[in-house]
Amino acid sequence: MKLSNFEMAVLFALFSSVVLGVVTKRTDRERVRYGLKCFCSFMLALFAIGWAMHFLHG
Amino acid sequence: MAQASTTPAVSSLPAKSPYLVLIVSWLLPGAGHFLLGRRGRGAIIFVTVLAAFVLGILMRGAMFEPKTGDLLTTLIQYGGFVANLLGGLFYLLAIWLGYSEPDQAGHSHDYGAKFLVAAGLLNLLAMVDAWEIAKGTKD
Repeated sequence: MKLSNFEMAVLFALFSSVVLGVVTKRTDRERVRYGLKCFCSFMLALFAIGWAMHFLHG
Repeated sequence: MAQASTTPAVSSLPAKSPYLVLIVSWLLPGAGHFLLGRRGRGAIIFVTVLAAFVLGILMRGAMFEPKTGDLLTTLIQYGGFVANLLGGLFYLLAIWLGYSEPDQAGHSHDYGAKFLVAAGLLNLLAMVDAWEIAKGTKD
């Protein structure tokens, strides 16, 4: 199965966010909000680290 | 609303041994939550961990083996092996059915190995959650 780096990173972020949301919060609303927050944080880190690597590596 | 609809059914279930819940949770991701009456949570955990594991297999990721070398290599190999093992039956079935991918270069294989590790670690989170619910320290 061939996926791009970005697609794999998004899937990884999705799976991690879902489980983190489900096990750490008490209500369904809190779980969804926290899961979305985690996912957005992962995406932000993905783009930030990607651009940092671009500028550092040249 | 969801919490109110699940609480009466959950409170009527007999108490389960935390150790049994932990072992069942390890063997089959999400099953510990099912035993405790948290079917929705169990289903989500099962599907997520399974999806991560299957994607790892489809990307032909290598499974870690307990090999020694320098300190960093030993930590990585043993750590990865433990993480793979935390995948429970998914990992055991894969090994018993002969899944054996060499550790090879390539971003797809690398990600595959990481997905296999992540599946185990996500199950660890689920195991801890199930344990705490069984002990009564968490809802």
